[in-house]
Amino acid sequence: MLKKIWSSRMCFNFIRTLLAVGIALGLTLVIIVAVSETPGEAIGYFIFGPLKKMSRLANVVEAALPLVFTGLAISLIARTNIINLASEGAFYFSGALAALAAVQLDLPPVILPAVCILIAALGGIVTMLVPVVIRLRYDASEIVASLMFNYVLFYLGSFLIRTFVKDPASGTLQSLPFNENAVLPRIIPGTRIHAGLILAVLCVAALWLYLYKSRWGYKMRMVGSNHKFAVYSGISAGTAILIGQGLAGAVCGIGGASEMLGMYSAFMWKDLPGFGWDGIIVATLARNNPALVPLGAFFLAYMRVGADIMTRMTDVPNEIVSIIQGVVIILLVAENFLAGWEKKRTFAQATANIKLEGGK
Amino acid sequence: MKVLFGNERPDRGTIVYDGQPRQIDSPQKAVSLGIGMVYQHFNLAEELSVAENIVVGMEPNSGIFFDKRGAAEVVDRLAEKYGFNVKAEELIRNISVSQKQKVEILKSLYRNSHLIILDEPTAVLTPQETQELFKQLLLLKEGGYTIIFISHKIDEVQAICDRLTIMRAGRVMGTYEVKELTARDISRLMVGRDAVQTIEKPPMEEGGTVLKIRGLSCVDRHGITVLDHVSLDLHAGCILGVAGVEGSGQKELAEILGGLQQPSEGTFELLGRPGNELSIRERRDLGMSYIHEDRMTYGVAREESITENYISTRCDDPDLGGRFLLSGKKEAQLASQLTERFSVHCKSPSVPVKMLSGGNIQKVVVVREMSTNPKVLIASQPTRGIDVGAAETIHKALLAARQGGCAILLVSSDLNEVLELSDRLIVMHGGRITGFFPDVKKLTEEELGLYMLGLAQQSEKELTGLYDDGKGGACTC
Amino acid sequence: MDIASLIFSPTFLATIIRMTTPLLYASLAGIVVAQVGMMNLAIESTMLTAALMGVLFSAWTHSAWLGLLIAVAIGVLMSFVIAYAALVLKADMFMNGVAFNLMMAGGTTFILYVVTGSKGMSSGVMSLTLPTVDIPLLRDIPVLGEVLSGHNVLTYIAVLMAVLMHVFLFKTKLGLRLRMVGQNDSAAESVGINSVRIKILAMCIAGVMAALGGCFMSMGYVSWFQTNMTAGRGFIGMASAALGGNHPLGGALASLLFGTADAVANTASTLNIPSELVRMLPYLVTMIGLVAAAKSAGKMKRKKVDKP
Repeated sequence: MLKKIWSSRMCFNFIRTLLAVGIALGLTLVIIVAVSETPGEAIGYFIFGPLKKMSRLANVVEAALPLVFTGLAISLIARTNIINLASEGAFYFSGALAALAAVQLDLPPVILPAVCILIAALGGIVTMLVPVVIRLRYDASEIVASLMFNYVLFYLGSFLIRTFVKDPASGTLQSLPFNENAVLPRIIPGTRIHAGLILAVLCVAALWLYLYKSRWGYKMRMVGSNHKFAVYSGISAGTAILIGQGLAGAVCGIGGASEMLGMYSAFMWKDLPGFGWDGIIVATLARNNPALVPLGAFFLAYMRVGADIMTRMTDVPNEIVSIIQGVVIILLVAENFLAGWEKKRTFAQATANIKLEGGK
Repeated sequence: MKVLFGNERPDRGTIVYDGQPRQIDSPQKAVSLGIGMVYQHFNLAEELSVAENIVVGMEPNSGIFFDKRGAAEVVDRLAEKYGFNVKAEELIRNISVSQKQKVEILKSLYRNSHLIILDEPTAVLTPQETQELFKQLLLLKEGGYTIIFISHKIDEVQAICDRLTIMRAGRVMGTYEVKELTARDISRLMVGRDAVQTIEKPPMEEGGTVLKIRGLSCVDRHGITVLDHVSLDLHAGCILGVAGVEGSGQKELAEILGGLQQPSEGTFELLGRPGNELSIRERRDLGMSYIHEDRMTYGVAREESITENYISTRCDDPDLGGRFLLSGKKEAQLASQLTERFSVHCKSPSVPVKMLSGGNIQKVVVVREMSTNPKVLIASQPTRGIDVGAAETIHKALLAARQGGCAILLVSSDLNEVLELSDRLIVMHGGRITGFFPDVKKLTEEELGLYMLGLAQQSEKELTGLYDDGKGGACTC
Repeated sequence: MDIASLIFSPTFLATIIRMTTPLLYASLAGIVVAQVGMMNLAIESTMLTAALMGVLFSAWTHSAWLGLLIAVAIGVLMSFVIAYAALVLKADMFMNGVAFNLMMAGGTTFILYVVTGSKGMSSGVMSLTLPTVDIPLLRDIPVLGEVLSGHNVLTYIAVLMAVLMHVFLFKTKLGLRLRMVGQNDSAAESVGINSVRIKILAMCIAGVMAALGGCFMSMGYVSWFQTNMTAGRGFIGMASAALGGNHPLGGALASLLFGTADAVANTASTLNIPSELVRMLPYLVTMIGLVAAAKSAGKMKRKKVDKP
């Protein structure tokens, strides 16, 4: 049994991820030692800081929530082989839509946030599908299109907020306060952890089920794995891609709304929040597996909260986290990192297989 | 040829060129030795001009600047000398296929090649363009160039070659003066089996027509007709073999039936339904299965598990789970059943397909296609490049399906396979059916060769046996 | 103030040129990479890094030019690392770019803080700016002189670079080989061109361009570095490269379009035009342009097939 686990691919990937994270952390520690007057203290805050107080651990969960949503979205997108980067814009835009609805609509509690989230999810689906359609219908580069589209969505979102719900009292772009009924309730007393956590858990479960257990998820995986094979097998590739990307958009939308209604009382994003890009890190760490996305999100959020604490207490800036992010991604996507080792293992397994076949 | 041009390395043997043994380990080396190669698939940059494509890497004049006019002059002069009608300034994407071929030849000439290898150059040309090319090649010959002309078209070889080397399955069958051989001799040397393997098969129990093909044609993206008015009927319980040199239209025929290509003309009827209009899905639901000749590109998703490769054609099958979800248990059941049925050698059906040997991967493909109990099976090169054991398993399965009433279109370039398994046989050459043989047993290899190489062509009347033209009297045997 | 007089005022036209300069550099970087058949998302972070390095090294070396030179060298080094990782270690080019962007967005702030002790701006550093240039004769012409003369030296270098890029790509042997590699690298290999080497070279040239653009932002009209001061200009550069058909002249025109939109948006509040919509326009135009280009390419393909 142990041997089976050892020889499985999952084990290799796990070790690879662990090693990449380890190297990046090691590098970070070296940098901390180099720049800090009190390296021991800084490292202590960085690594163990979030564990020291309940409220800090709650901060980690709060920070992880939006990452879970965008991480899930990127996990699906990455599997369709269409590099759609619109999750950044979709997240922002659906946040703006949710804010718009939360200010303007007047509905009873529970129903109002549900409506806001629904509107945001629809907005997410539509926006996410634009670059996909550009690619599938016109065969234009979805990468450039989606990068541009992010800015379109950003300016469109801020235009909507400025035009319809801007708070005249505020000097910057900020909306009027949300209808109180729209705000997502806190679910753990003493923290800011809100009902978005439940949404996130539901999304993780739903997408895992979709990806690994559902018929359309299977189809989408096959399309991503070998497009020609899928078509030859009679799978309608376009529909499978649209469903997958649409779901990713919905998750982005739900995430944008959940973040907006859970953490703020009025719209106040001045810039693209960056969660779409962060989602790439989370999905890479999770190897595009929805079930592992919360782990990846938690890891990243933990690093960030730890770094924040370190910054407050010592002389090391929290931006050090971005070094970890970059190094981890580079190590994880470099095919040749540990490839020699894997090749050896695959070779050993292949020879074992051939022996099994009776020495042919 | 790939060895000669340095793309692949020989395991043994030497190349003697210009009187000296040479080691050609890269295309660059070949070029520097004066060997030029023109592939079937051109190696050109579409957005660059003719002149730029020809001189790149060996630009005229020194200095860092590229002398566009100078390059154009050199190219125009070269083209004029050998009567090539290409203009140096034109962009590659705006010129025709035959002109692209000329550019490739000019590229070799510009690089001072003395030996020019042409790989099936006429496959992409119209008859007129072929005549033009031949004139130019003769001009080159007079100019002192050596030309290797690879072709399976005997009339062309006889038209312009002086000597010829006949190869069959990687072996040289001899080198002759062209004048010494008749077309018949050449055909006999080219086509044949080295060792006859007989396969036992029970008598045919023929059923009704399940696939009717009428006048199916296909024009490829270069405008070449690769499939030319093919008509045939396929009957339940019958294996119809399709023999022919590769590239004679069999692949297109199979891909059109399988739904991967659209015909430019003609129709086919699959189990009474108009086939052209059906999606791949609908064809498969009707009871068609298709073993593609390229198993790694179309046959499997190599990164995915064996189980997942089993269910690709039936992922909407209600037996495999609920309305939206697939049942892991039922998948596993199916997987172990199929694995056992074909004795696919694997540790477990959850390992990725890429871990298997070629033969076992092909077994995965075949068992998937057979397990739906198809009524029509398109089997393209079902045993190419796999070990004897796996091939035997697949042959048995094909015969078992035939016993079960399945109609099989067996496309194969393995003569043993196609002659032993088929109940009836058609031969294709140049996109057309050149011969139909209701009784394969009576067919000699020599006769087969004549049809495969286009030296013989049955009349329309003889071919009508292939399909029911509504006047009755068809369906011989 | 009415729109026409504002838009045609010399100061406004000069503003457009100022806004266009970094975009032109970014688009030149995008063009050379696209011509060799690759995509480098890290142009953004290369610009940002170079902007910081220019500030720091000009302060330390007491020479703006030396600072610029070192910043450019660092830009080249970054591009080289990315190209090496992609081509030799076979890391995905796109993910590589994302990784570098994420790393340097925070990384520049980190370095800034470690060096200066401040996080947002580098105002504590005595960094230098590159000189502006008054062009004799031209500056004396009314209006035109006001618009075209008196810009930062890097603006004129940008124009020079666009011309040089054109000459390099279309008039030199190396440029020809570079385009050959971009379109069909196996064809290029078959005539003895080392495609990996050419690709790395193109990436390094892109590094130079991106670094110059970054330095213009921190050493041109201002003498400080600010967190995330490039604000997506690297991506806009890629867009204007695509919109301009990966041609230096087209790229320059596309950059001008983006620069104009920037300038109009900056003054939009005084004109009562929603600045968001003005800023959005060039991105929308790029998307439409992409679709239109792809559509006509598709049509051409189809036409070819139809032709018997």
